[in-house]
Amino acid sequence: MKTLSENIKSGIDYASLSRKNRSRDIIFASLGIIVLFIAITTLVALFLDLAVRGAPRLTDPDFYTSFPSRRPLDAGILSAWVGTIMVMLVTAVIAVPLGIAAGLYLEEYAGKNWLTDVIEVNVSNLAGVPSIVYGLLALGLFVQTFGMGETVLVAGLVLSLLILPIIIVSTREAIRSIPNELREAAYGLGANQWQTMAMYIIPAAKPGIITGAIVGLSRAIGETAPIITIGALSFIAFLPQSPVSGDFPFISFEWLNSGFTVMPIQMFGWVSRPQADFQITAAAAGVVLIVMTLMMNALAIYIRYRARK
Amino acid sequence: MNGMSKFQTTVQDDSEKPMRKASEHLDHWYLEPDSPTRARVSNLKFWYGDGTQAIDDVSMPLIDKKVTALIGPSGCGKSTFLRCFNRMHDLYPGVRYSGEINLLPEDEDLINLDPNIVRMRVGMVFQKPNPFPKSIYENVIAGLRIRGITKRSLLDEIVEDSLSKAALWDEVKDRLHQPALSMSGGQQQRLCIARALAVEPEILLLDEPTSALDPIATAKVEDLINKLAGDVTVLIVTHNMQQAARISDYTAYMYLGKLIEYNKTNDLFTAPRCQRTEDYITGRFG
Amino acid sequence: MATPSSRRLETSKVQVSTHFLRKREMINQVARYVLMLAAIISVLVTIGIVYVLLSEALVFFEQVSVWEFVSSTSWTPMFSRPTFGIWPLLSGTIVVSGIALAVSIPFGLILSVYLSEYANPKVRETVKPILELLEGVPTVVYGYFALLVVTPLLQTFLPGLPGFNMLAPGLVMGIMILPYTTSLSEDAMRAVPNSMREGAYALGYSRFHTATKVVIPAAMSGITAAFILAMSRAVGETMVVAIAAGQMPNFTFNPMEGAATITTFIVQVSLGDVSHGSIAYLSIFAAGMVLFLLTLIFNLIGFYLRKRYRQAY
Repeated sequence: MKTLSENIKSGIDYASLSRKNRSRDIIFASLGIIVLFIAITTLVALFLDLAVRGAPRLTDPDFYTSFPSRRPLDAGILSAWVGTIMVMLVTAVIAVPLGIAAGLYLEEYAGKNWLTDVIEVNVSNLAGVPSIVYGLLALGLFVQTFGMGETVLVAGLVLSLLILPIIIVSTREAIRSIPNELREAAYGLGANQWQTMAMYIIPAAKPGIITGAIVGLSRAIGETAPIITIGALSFIAFLPQSPVSGDFPFISFEWLNSGFTVMPIQMFGWVSRPQADFQITAAAAGVVLIVMTLMMNALAIYIRYRARK
Repeated sequence: MNGMSKFQTTVQDDSEKPMRKASEHLDHWYLEPDSPTRARVSNLKFWYGDGTQAIDDVSMPLIDKKVTALIGPSGCGKSTFLRCFNRMHDLYPGVRYSGEINLLPEDEDLINLDPNIVRMRVGMVFQKPNPFPKSIYENVIAGLRIRGITKRSLLDEIVEDSLSKAALWDEVKDRLHQPALSMSGGQQQRLCIARALAVEPEILLLDEPTSALDPIATAKVEDLINKLAGDVTVLIVTHNMQQAARISDYTAYMYLGKLIEYNKTNDLFTAPRCQRTEDYITGRFG
Repeated sequence: MATPSSRRLETSKVQVSTHFLRKREMINQVARYVLMLAAIISVLVTIGIVYVLLSEALVFFEQVSVWEFVSSTSWTPMFSRPTFGIWPLLSGTIVVSGIALAVSIPFGLILSVYLSEYANPKVRETVKPILELLEGVPTVVYGYFALLVVTPLLQTFLPGLPGFNMLAPGLVMGIMILPYTTSLSEDAMRAVPNSMREGAYALGYSRFHTATKVVIPAAMSGITAAFILAMSRAVGETMVVAIAAGQMPNFTFNPMEGAATITTFIVQVSLGDVSHGSIAYLSIFAAGMVLFLLTLIFNLIGFYLRKRYRQAY
């Protein structure tokens, strides 16, 4: 190592220095691109592989309208996708309002006190709790202590709790991204907290809040572990009772107490089977599952993109 | 008017009011026996949430239906002082006030009222135009909606009235239902003034309302403020001394959170009583 | 005189009714408490988790000594003479997460430096949504990949590799959490103010030197937080390992063998027919408590570090 003054005396070779720097930059930039390329091609290849393997079942309309079966080529995802929709319905009804409300409270009402601190630490910690621990909560509390059984309602409840922190955090971020000028304008006119929030903050934050809710729900669609823990089975050859009936009062909530299966459980059940043909069915279920979550995420990204414009 | 003149007498008699003692630079803040006072600031001090004191013992009057300008180098506390009038600081945690801002003639202390009610009575226009992302019409009536006023004919009447007062009616009367954000910056700022005027504020606060505008838009807003004088009590912060000279009737010079000098604009600019004021307005400092 | 509405001049067009003001304040208070209730429910979730884990684990530890739990290297809850040493589950967890992090940390670091310091905005704007989409892919699908694609692939050049092993799920999990690691550490680097970069460039630093000598050190606490949160995610991940590593408790640090992790043991017991209150049933809560505590520690460190870098800039 020469000192700076020695360098100056000997004359720094700026040309070679800059060449060296530039080549190092180019090497690193290409490294980045290569890693990105490898990661994305690997995943695309995996997904394509999944789609190709599942193709024979995916192209068979019976796949979508049949119950699971012992014969792999007759097995379908009817009870799984119906179950997923029903569980998602419960999850959305519970988690979305609860999460948005909690997010609004923390951003708009919460003062600086111990309760706020507790809630904030709690939410950020909940976001990092492994999903299977939520499953244990549901097993110990809902299934065993409350005796609710392995039902659509319990599955919806546990997934709601699981995505609650996601919705709370994204609601808060959506509200925080609103320029402070809007808030000051409303308060400056004499609005109180409720008016500011309901008339100005929520409309402005709506795209972000909706995006967060969709991202949370798409995460819930793919969750497997907590549903396994509450004891859901992958072999369900019936559908929950329809929520709409021909007789008075036309709406029934029996389906909430029904047994069920969902897409990821169904796929897990088939992956674990040794027969090669079940792997085809599993691949097909995987494709359907990916399409479901990708569609929801794409919708969320689109809403945010449009709102940004 | 009766109540106001009564107040003047009491103040003149009450020579032990602390405000006199506090403002050592201006032995007679009470300048013009004939001009009624709309608000009286007494020994106001203000601290931000982090404990820094931004206003230090300011006392001054706000003359009714006149324009009062606050000038001073940046960071002198003039915007902070202005925002005390509608308790804007209360939106942020940990702030602290001491002293009084009394609204006259009722002699109600703004610092002790519910901030939402204060903001209903004291309107404000901000540095950057901040119309709501709604139509022009909805922007003007925003304050009325907040006050629960829904009668359509009254709303229409007030929209025309306030937009006219803000010298904007002719420009926008044919596109009242278009988004406010489609307007130019200068128009947006006048819309914000119309929005504030629509609810007939007792005091109108303007926080450097032209700092984000080009010279032409600035001139229009200044014209508008000139027209408002005589109708509305205006307190304006400006970083531009020429602007203060052009549009205000009274001027207060602040430095380091203290009020250095308060006087009629003309007198303050031609015959400042304090050396520091003179240094500032002659450009030797600040 | 008392209320602003009565005070207003009668000639004023803007008359505010005190009734309206009272109503709006009432709505405001109702809203405050309803929203507060929702926020408090989130605290109840944590209390619920702690209560369930603790109450079942306490019953478990009445029957199994804590010493056996932390010292024994054998975990056989289904045997007629069950043993409950947590080590086989921990070793599986450590090996699988170790492999996952060995993939995720270097690649995540390269990717996030590339995205934050090199990539032009157009590339970044395209890649970030893709990363987000990938975060949404269900883990059960990655489990399928690990078992049916990656393991057969590895077997072609590692002939002795059994069908259930920890290597394949570890590698897949590393790729799976890559988007998460990348976006967290990219956030940390982007939070470094541009003035620091400009200062470095003004001294004649190259992009590479700016990234390695200025940005990464400045973002270090955020990057560390990203890796710790990634670690927490890997430790808590269930499905990939449950599908591809065989769910058999096995005290080994050899990635070529199959093993169970804490999470997959819970899955294995849940899939079987275990009666409420039996020792096997109780054992999943004890295992769950260990998992909860582990991730809690990681999360708290991660959030603390993240908070620190957010405060710094």
